[in-house]
Amino acid sequence: MSTVLPSSPPSLTSPHSLGPPLWLLFELTYKCPLQCVFCYNPVDFARHSQELPTAQWLRVLREARELGSVQLGLSGGEPLLRDDLEEITAEAHRLGFYTNLITSGVGLTESRLRALQAAGLDHIQISFQDSTREMNDFLSHTRTFELKQRVAGWIKALGYPMVLNCVVHRLNIDHLDSIIDMAVRMGADYLEIANAQYYSWAHVNRDQLLPSRAQLEAAERTMNEWRARLGKRMRILFVVPDYYEERPKRCMNGWGSTFMTVTPDGTALPCHTARMLPGLSFPNVTHNSMREIWFDSEGFNRFRGTGWMKEPCASCEERERDLGGCRCQAYLLAQDPAAADPVCAKSPQHHVVTDAVANAQRPVVSEKPLIFRRREESLALSDEVIR
Amino acid sequence: MSSLNLSDNTRPSIGRGFRLQWEPAQNAHVLLYPEGMVKLNMAAGEILKRCTGELTLGEIVIDLERAFARTGLQDDVTGFLGIAHEKGWVDWEEGDGGDVSDGRWES
Ligand code: SF4
Ligand code: SF4
Repeated sequence: MSTVLPSSPPSLTSPHSLGPPLWLLFELTYKCPLQCVFCYNPVDFARHSQELPTAQWLRVLREARELGSVQLGLSGGEPLLRDDLEEITAEAHRLGFYTNLITSGVGLTESRLRALQAAGLDHIQISFQDSTREMNDFLSHTRTFELKQRVAGWIKALGYPMVLNCVVHRLNIDHLDSIIDMAVRMGADYLEIANAQYYSWAHVNRDQLLPSRAQLEAAERTMNEWRARLGKRMRILFVVPDYYEERPKRCMNGWGSTFMTVTPDGTALPCHTARMLPGLSFPNVTHNSMREIWFDSEGFNRFRGTGWMKEPCASCEERERDLGGCRCQAYLLAQDPAAADPVCAKSPQHHVVTDAVANAQRPVVSEKPLIFRRREESLALSDEVIR
Repeated sequence: MSSLNLSDNTRPSIGRGFRLQWEPAQNAHVLLYPEGMVKLNMAAGEILKRCTGELTLGEIVIDLERAFARTGLQDDVTGFLGIAHEKGWVDWEEGDGGDVSDGRWES
């Protein structure tokens, strides 16, 4: 799923003592019926097709709860493809987790939704996914709209707020007006319009996906008009791409401070894209306890706090605020996971970001075809990396 | 549903989508909501844990005063519930003691 970054992260960890992994994200499977061009799953997902058995997920839940985890995200891939989703939800609920399902809704039935609710599911977020395909489909074919609308109807009938997430980018952001209109007609209570963030597949497709400044400004105007018109009826959240910023944001509320992702094969990560970082080994829940993973593993300790920093971060006054930004972005854009996030204007590699932004202002940015998140593409792309 | 509808007969309960629980790891009550958490101080936790939808505001105040051997907590509790209601942490039926004068006549 594309939106595992919480909009309001629990920010209660004190900088001086390491709290528990308050937020636990289970990526239950990399299987997915969709092929989003901005997918957050690793580009080489096809090489990690193993999935933990139910009993392991349940054990991880218990251990995490003992450490003090409170929020559980159930995501993927498409989590509905795991037929133990109800069982995992039920155990999480019993243990005292607040359970959040992040799904495209594809394959969801009313009876499944009822079963999930009976298991104690607290919250559902539906995403519009494959924006170049599904969105076009969605924008032009009533049938697709009706499918989504039906799912929305069940969700509301069961008393959940209808939370819709839509990833926008260069190819669909101009349709924002119709997107919002449809969200309203579906009875959404919240609409999160998140610009793609350029990791994983979105990074592969970045040139085609980064919107121009004019597009972003138009989108913001559209959104403000709707906000004024809708008032409290539907809340809209808009996330701009950080490429247009001068300072990075804290990533995942600080490396290893709040979040833990468990990937389908049991690898535990401080954020869902961290596996790409070279020279770091991440523990697996099949071999280590959650306590060892969180407190003692090299992977989680490496970028905690500020001690690992180089210049310009090491002596920067803002280092406690943004913690140097995102390690994955530093690696992707500066080829060094310990560098300043190149979104930062103080980064010696900031030009990589400004070049991409400059390129995005051109009317035709790229002749390259989009690469869809498919198994074959994944194998081909990870082959390149291996070579 | 404004906080003005809050009377002695109102029976506040935890808002839809929120969950209140005691967290040993944080030594505090927390309110959980979609993808987030508020850690509550002692007073807020003690008030909210009595918002079960069964006790009236009047009973909550009496219970708190008894538990903490204090008097005059009514204003604090009402004030806090007003704020909590705005945030969606607590809710109550529109009609609950809706006619504010009801509460007054009875007491
Ligand atoms: S392909 Fe799309 S729906 Fe599937 S996991 Fe990736 S972002 Fe989510
Ligand atoms: S130099 Fe590093 S610490 Fe300073 S603002 Fe930039 S990213 Fe943040």
